[in-house]
Amino acid sequence: MTDVNEQLAEISPLNGLHGEEGAAGGRRLLAAARTFAHNRLGLAGVLIVLLMIGFCFIGPLIYHTNQVYTNLNQVHLAPSLAHPLGTDPLGYDELGRLMVGGRASLEVALAASVIATGFGALWGAISGYIGGLADTVMMRAVDAMLSVPPLLIVLFLATIYRPNVPVLIIVVALVAWLIPSRLVRGEALRLRTLEYVQAVRVIGGSHWRAISRHVLPNSIGTMAVNVTFQVADAILLVAAMGYLGLGIPAPGTDWGSMLSSGIDYIYSGYWWLIYPPGIAIVVTVVAFNFIGDALRDAFEVRLRER
Amino acid sequence: MLRYSARRTAHAVVVLFGVSVIVFIMLHLLPGSPARALLGPRATPAKVAAFNQQYGYNKPLFIQYFTWLWQMLQGNLGFSVKLNENVTTAIASRLPGTALLVGLANLFAFVIAVPVGLMQAARRNRFFDYVATGLAFVFYSMPAFWLGLLLVILFSEQLHLLPPIVPQASFGQLLTHPGDIALPVITLTLITTALFSRYMRSSALENLPLDYVRTARAKGMGGQQVLWRHVLRNAAGPLITLVGLTLPVVVSGAILVESIFNYPGMGLLFWNAAQSEDYPTILGVTLVVGVATVVGSFIADVLYAIVDPRVRLS
Repeated sequence: MTDVNEQLAEISPLNGLHGEEGAAGGRRLLAAARTFAHNRLGLAGVLIVLLMIGFCFIGPLIYHTNQVYTNLNQVHLAPSLAHPLGTDPLGYDELGRLMVGGRASLEVALAASVIATGFGALWGAISGYIGGLADTVMMRAVDAMLSVPPLLIVLFLATIYRPNVPVLIIVVALVAWLIPSRLVRGEALRLRTLEYVQAVRVIGGSHWRAISRHVLPNSIGTMAVNVTFQVADAILLVAAMGYLGLGIPAPGTDWGSMLSSGIDYIYSGYWWLIYPPGIAIVVTVVAFNFIGDALRDAFEVRLRER
Repeated sequence: MLRYSARRTAHAVVVLFGVSVIVFIMLHLLPGSPARALLGPRATPAKVAAFNQQYGYNKPLFIQYFTWLWQMLQGNLGFSVKLNENVTTAIASRLPGTALLVGLANLFAFVIAVPVGLMQAARRNRFFDYVATGLAFVFYSMPAFWLGLLLVILFSEQLHLLPPIVPQASFGQLLTHPGDIALPVITLTLITTALFSRYMRSSALENLPLDYVRTARAKGMGGQQVLWRHVLRNAAGPLITLVGLTLPVVVSGAILVESIFNYPGMGLLFWNAAQSEDYPTILGVTLVVGVATVVGSFIADVLYAIVDPRVRLS
């Protein structure tokens, strides 16, 4: 959702007042890393994400639970020593389920964001670099896709293709590449006018060389910032799909699907079905947003101080 | 202004064309053929052939597209077998509900976010700023359905103040019983406010170091006066465009909110259609929402150009 800010930054009349200098790639990355290291919220975000990844991927190796067979003898058990977060309507251990569900949510969100940002950056770089009619056609296609709420497209696709992790990755990536393509196009428009990029043509290099050696590497900051925000959005999107019944099918699960099974028990007071998955989603999404903000400051994608 | 409007109109028309192509592609992504998807697996070959003949599905793709587009332009969105209703009528009866929900949420969010963001910028890195930023972070990181759930627990289950489910009433009844739609509107407002206030804060921060602020201060104007008279107007301008741009996001939120509260709108219609694989309705809603978004952001851009002449010139 933060992407909208970036989208708007692109069209803002004040844009260009705060442009960055084209510096050598390595030095710039180092400077960015140094700025990032001083951002406490950003570091907290990294720490939370690492803890969450550890919880979801290493946790099940330490905390063994049965997440395949239902056990109707022990449904809706309140939290106890045997089940720290109780059990769900099918008798699964809720803490173990949180790990399994988190794994699916994180896998989908991370993979979809990386694929989407990569593809979007390529699309935007080509569009902005070539310019002219091709640019117009490619960007109007992006505008049109952006006009349809992502949830509609994603739900439509999920009714046709049975959701599982690879399918969800592709479906989410399909709606997530649009914003990065716009942002990188903005970079490409600026970069292609610079002398050292035009020099590639003069020395006989191909257009592709200009794009792959100069436009894309110089957009790395924009891409890095965007990919973290994309992860945050993707986690919410996957949760929404799960909640609406089109998430990972049983016996697998994701955080949204877990909430969707908890919603039936609001009036029964089974709080352990409602709070843990919700809090897991919020904490993870906030953490990724912290990282995104810190990266934005570090790469000076917009104002350094916000 | 005329040139800007003309350019912006051309852009909107091209994007609308793009939206129609997307929905047409979705139609052809349906399992089997559109005929199979719409008539169901038990339709006889004769019926399928008749359907293909009637809707021109036995013709080349680009002719199919224009036949389909012509039907859409006349307002014929197809017939839903699952609802036993014309998709156009089904959508028309639920459109006002969603427009009300999204409109109120946007309005309240705008009214709250503008002063909050402005005050955050003025008191940057102070207590108020931290609290508001923290809240904004939490609310926009919160899945809409979970926030709705928490509000139901608080206001319906604990306090017994508001109904957890919106009655399946007509649009007029919804208007006369504001209490019934309070929870869905609050849920969507909170999320939208989080979105807007962050932007308002950075927009105001960008304005504070500008010359006109210094000039106003130099003329002897008080800090608060500069803030509320000058910075407010300059910083809130871009927010008009933001309303247009975030429309797809807010509508996505509305789908979730409607499904939690059983709010009689297009989101609930879409969700039910997705669960029963009612493709004519799914595609109809997608098309209508896409068109509404394009028109909405067009209006927002033109409004912004009226408010801020700099946009027209760039």
